[in-house]
Amino acid sequence: MAELTSSARPVGDIQSEYMAQVRHKRVLNLILLMVFLAMMLTGFRIANQRNAGGFWDGLPNIFDFPWDVISEAIERANLIPGYFVKYLPSLLETVNIAGAATLIGVIIGLFLSLLATRGLAPVPWLVGPVRRILDILRAVPDIVIALILIFLLGGGPVPAMIAIALHTVGALGKLFSEVNENASLKPVEGLRSVGASWMQSMWLGVIPQVAPNYLSYALLRFEINIRASAILGFVGAGGIGYDLRNTMSWGQGKYDEAAAIFLLLFATIVVVDQLSSSARNRLTHGKAGSKATGGAQA
Amino acid sequence: MSVAILKIQTDALFRRKRLFALSFPAMIVAYLAFIFVSFDIAGLGDRMNVQNAQKLVSDVYSYKTHVARDNRNGTLEIAIEGERKGRYPDGTGPDWVTLGDGDPIVDLGGGHVITLGKTVIYDVPNYGRITATPGHSGVDLVLPSADTPDWINRSKNRVAITNDAGRLTITRNRTEVFRFFTGWELFFFTLDSPYYGLSVAEVAGRAVSGEAGAIWHEFWTNKMWRHADVAWALFETILMAFLGTFGAAIVALPMAFLAAKNFTSLGGIRFAARRVFDFLRGVDGLIWTIVLSRAFGPGPLTGALAILLTDTGSFGKMFSEALENVDDKQIEGITSTGAKTLQRYRFGVVPQVTPVLLSQVLYYLESNTRSATIIGAITGGGIGLLLTQAIITQKDWEEVTYYIVLIILMVMMMDWFSGWLRRKLIKGADDAH
Repeated sequence: MAELTSSARPVGDIQSEYMAQVRHKRVLNLILLMVFLAMMLTGFRIANQRNAGGFWDGLPNIFDFPWDVISEAIERANLIPGYFVKYLPSLLETVNIAGAATLIGVIIGLFLSLLATRGLAPVPWLVGPVRRILDILRAVPDIVIALILIFLLGGGPVPAMIAIALHTVGALGKLFSEVNENASLKPVEGLRSVGASWMQSMWLGVIPQVAPNYLSYALLRFEINIRASAILGFVGAGGIGYDLRNTMSWGQGKYDEAAAIFLLLFATIVVVDQLSSSARNRLTHGKAGSKATGGAQA
Repeated sequence: MSVAILKIQTDALFRRKRLFALSFPAMIVAYLAFIFVSFDIAGLGDRMNVQNAQKLVSDVYSYKTHVARDNRNGTLEIAIEGERKGRYPDGTGPDWVTLGDGDPIVDLGGGHVITLGKTVIYDVPNYGRITATPGHSGVDLVLPSADTPDWINRSKNRVAITNDAGRLTITRNRTEVFRFFTGWELFFFTLDSPYYGLSVAEVAGRAVSGEAGAIWHEFWTNKMWRHADVAWALFETILMAFLGTFGAAIVALPMAFLAAKNFTSLGGIRFAARRVFDFLRGVDGLIWTIVLSRAFGPGPLTGALAILLTDTGSFGKMFSEALENVDDKQIEGITSTGAKTLQRYRFGVVPQVTPVLLSQVLYYLESNTRSATIIGAITGGGIGLLLTQAIITQKDWEEVTYYIVLIILMVMMMDWFSGWLRRKLIKGADDAH
């Protein structure tokens, strides 16, 4: 007791020290904020100078193009449903590119993620190289692969599908292996002890544990891939993006078809987003009793 | 009795599960089969351009030097890849071309020697001497053997001889020899640079003796590879990602408060804010890019604004969710000390959400570097533009490879940087991984 009081400093000292510390931290934060703001401002200035048209010159015109499209769409609103039917096959192609790419990506990504997880990989020294391969697949923008494949294979859905699938393998492989790391190894050990092969112990011991998370990530990826598939169409690989570029190149007075495609694309993205986010919510937060009747999930 | 019922129920459950386990893969296979047919993957082999593939692959790791003789006036032109930028000054050439008073002699190595005169003489090892004379009536070809071997392609007006050493084409107006070399031509210095052809040690020696600045200048302004432009394009791409991501975060933060249940009690405002986010996200980067490039023209600002608009939607949604998960106890504690609204936000809310928001923003920074490349390819700006330009020429595949390598390095660097920043700013956030 005596020691404590003798070593304790007056409250005022502690307070002033604390206030000094707070001030120091605030000054530091302020400097950081100033540096950040300065970077943003100079960044925008540089970007503005390098742009073909300036920001302030372009700002009044920003609604010109949307207005052209909307007014023409309203003017010929009676034709729009016909265009919906006309471009539905392209839309389905875009969705199918995304669907097939996601599916292929999930299958290959699942396999590679098991190879890239310590403790599950059958060949431990392959873990590092497989991870680097996933890193590289993730780092290459899909447009690069698509453009090269268009040169080799000609236009059409296949280059886009392969490009998106490769990127999906990289992205999902990493996410899946993170999920795998959290999986319990006890079922795997149990299966191994009764003589299961690697494939069997993965299929029966790991996949049932991680499947809901896998599905959730795959659905999220599907949303992203639909957008990617539309963009790749725009640079020449089939689907609705390709039609969008063509209809836009017809110029003023023909924007009604472009408007129809805008609407189709917007509606598709919103609908898929909503469906997949509600499905993901159900997967991750779990519906009561969904485990007991696993079959009902189909 | 009850055991029997349980057994029946269990059997039914097992049957259902087994059916599901079988039907799920069957559905996947059926879908893939449908894709196989509808995308005509079987016909891919016919559509695939094998020649393009060979050209692409060989161009990635090798280059060719053209030696061309104009048969109308006898002038000789030596150029790397046949490009003006890679042209040797008149009267000079690589050491395998003998220039003198007589006809130029091209040594393709391995005993293949071509004399480029009015009459072209080509000594092929293990075959003999080929002579060809281009004239008004076409190309007059004389072969040592009676029949034409399959590596010689001849018609009345054009002769092409292709083998491992190189390629010789003769038409009435022009005789051209290609010799192939491994590597990327003129990567460091172009032919007009005083440092061309020097070894690494020689260049290093010159650099030490005070020419480092000049050497760097020659490298940086290389006309063939345009290192300065490429570096600037990479910077522009990163700039687009940086401005777009952080700009979106700044715009989205106040709007997220409007969309969060526990900060905005008015349902109407909440609904409106959420629909704005949905709209911004749903319209998608592609359409924003198109719309904005109509107003602002191609360039990094357009790309940055497109990212900004799309991500405002994503961030708004994520931020408002994070704000709804805020712990009320901390706010109550601050309120009990008599804090005003602004102080409650500053000390009760901000410290709780900052780590969450910051880590989401930094995660997007990395993925937006890739988006910026793609947007650059659509609207024209940054490394994406250079890449599409190089791909469209369909012959500069070594440059395409160079850009792809740079893009991969850039994305990996941004990945590392955002991870580093996340660990620095949010202590303990990534310790678990």
